[in-house]
Formats: sequence, structure tokens, C-alpha cells
Amino acid sequence: MKFAVVVFPGSNCDRDMYHAAKDALGAEADLVWYKEADISGYDAILLPGGFSYGDYLRSGAIAATSPVIEQIRQAVEDGKPVLGVCNGFQVLLEMGILPGAMLKNEKLKFMCHFENLVVENAETMFTREYEAKEVISIPIAHGEGNYYCDSETLEELRANNQIAFTYENNPNGSVGDIAGITNKEGNVLGMMPHPERAVETLLGSEDGLRLFQSILTHWRNTHAINA
Amino acid sequence: MRKVKVYITLKEGVLDPQGKAVQNSLESLEFGGVKDVRVGKYMELMIEDSKDIDKEVDQMCDKLLANPVIEDYSYTIEEVV
Repeated sequence: MKFAVVVFPGSNCDRDMYHAAKDALGAEADLVWYKEADISGYDAILLPGGFSYGDYLRSGAIAATSPVIEQIRQAVEDGKPVLGVCNGFQVLLEMGILPGAMLKNEKLKFMCHFENLVVENAETMFTREYEAKEVISIPIAHGEGNYYCDSETLEELRANNQIAFTYENNPNGSVGDIAGITNKEGNVLGMMPHPERAVETLLGSEDGLRLFQSILTHWRNTHAINA
Repeated sequence: MRKVKVYITLKEGVLDPQGKAVQNSLESLEFGGVKDVRVGKYMELMIEDSKDIDKEVDQMCDKLLANPVIEDYSYTIEEVV
């Protein structure tokens, strides 16, 4: 299985993401620069955290208009797993692939620490290696992670089981304590916490590794069926 | 040429923690009469004349300049001589 980590100007968690896929998970992975990117040959797309285009205008807004975006839309349409973490999540929101938007943290502070997340849906291709309602420890690092959507959208997210993770102790004011959501089809996950920074005990937690293992298990199962 | 002035504000009902912080600061400067502050963005665009300029600016706002999930926008168009 081959992962593509799409690197934008200002991405700064791209190497962590690469390390998680390549070294911790043991899969094939490449860093692909957004301008030269041909991501059609990859099985999964990872959008890393950071400050693409310096967060100009709004976080993720400028990256969401760059040429590689059409290819990412194609990957989404093809049903490939697409994971956006932190700024990657903001890009997916700005693309309109996931519903809602990000506001500044309620307390206006950039926060960088471990949070407990509750696995709300353990049946997605990203969370199948977790137990439902399991509490996992994953670090956050953001100034604009205050997820917002209107109440109608929130109801819809709940009704379709699109909420993958919630915060046990909401740090940023996100509606419904939301930490991560999927699209309706379930092949796109956006989350503010950083699973790629929690893939070995040396980093303080290895709870994030199972997210990457989930993607791999899902891929193996689908390919075994297709073969 | 036209000068387009675009004003972007958070939708009513969307909490504005930044505005709240500014209001608190005003209060500590003893401007206690300020009951609410909303922080927005202002942009100036110089655009070549075209007959569909309104439509064009609407599209720019919808596609990029504002995020319609959380923001409203308005604009004025002025002739530049």
C-alpha cells in the first residue's frame, strides 16, 4: 500500500506524517510537493498539519484553491482513504469536502498538549482498530481548532455517524465536542489532533498508530476481496 | 477601473472570541459603554471594468474571499478616475 503525503508551502507536520506511514506503520510512503504532485498512483492521501500559505486569509483557504486540489477531489471520488490532520482538516473544510468551518480557539490561545479523545465511531476505515467509546491519548497543536457548524449540520453528522472522535474535555470550544469527522461516504477523515505524533511510546503515546493500521487493514481487506 | 471595497464579518450567531477579547480590553480602558465588538476583514480590489462586475465579485466572495459557513460579506463598487 502506498501513501502520498501532500506537502504545501508552510506544511510542517509532513515529515511526522511520513514517519508514521513509512516507519511506524511500515508501508510505502512519499512526500509529494503540491506543484509537481501526481497522486493518481497512490492508495491513500495524507494532508499534513502546519500553516499552508501562512494561514493567509483563513487557515487552509489558499491551499484549497491550488492545482493539486482537483486530484485530491478525484481521490475522494474514487473512494480512496483521505486523511487531513490539523491544517489538513482545515483544507478539507475549505474545499467543502467536509462540512463546517474552523474558528479561533475559544480562549484565543494556541494550545499544544495531549488530549483524551473518545472514539465515537469505531467502524470507519480509519478507526476499525479501536473499540467503540475507547478513550485514546493524542496531542493537539492548534490556534484555530474550534469546529463550527450550524445545528442542522450537527444533527446530520450525528444521524450519519460522521463524528469519528470527540474530546473528553473540550479544549477549544468545538460544537458537540467534535475532534474529528468523516464525510458521508466514510473515506475522508478530518481531525484536529495529531495521530502521527503518537505512533510510538517514545513520543508519549502510541494510540495514533492504530489509525494508520486501520487504513492498512481496510486496504488489505478490500484488495483481498477484489483479487 | 473600479475599486471594490469588500467587508467580511462573522455571521450573526457565530461566537467571536476575538471581538470579545477586544471588548474586554476596551472595558479595561474604561470604555464601559461598549456592549459588543465583532472583528471582521476589509479588502480593496482594483478590478477592470466589466458589465458583470457584481456577479464576478459575488463569485470571488463565495469561492474564496469569505467562507459562507461562518461569514457574511458586503461590498461597494466605486469608479476610479
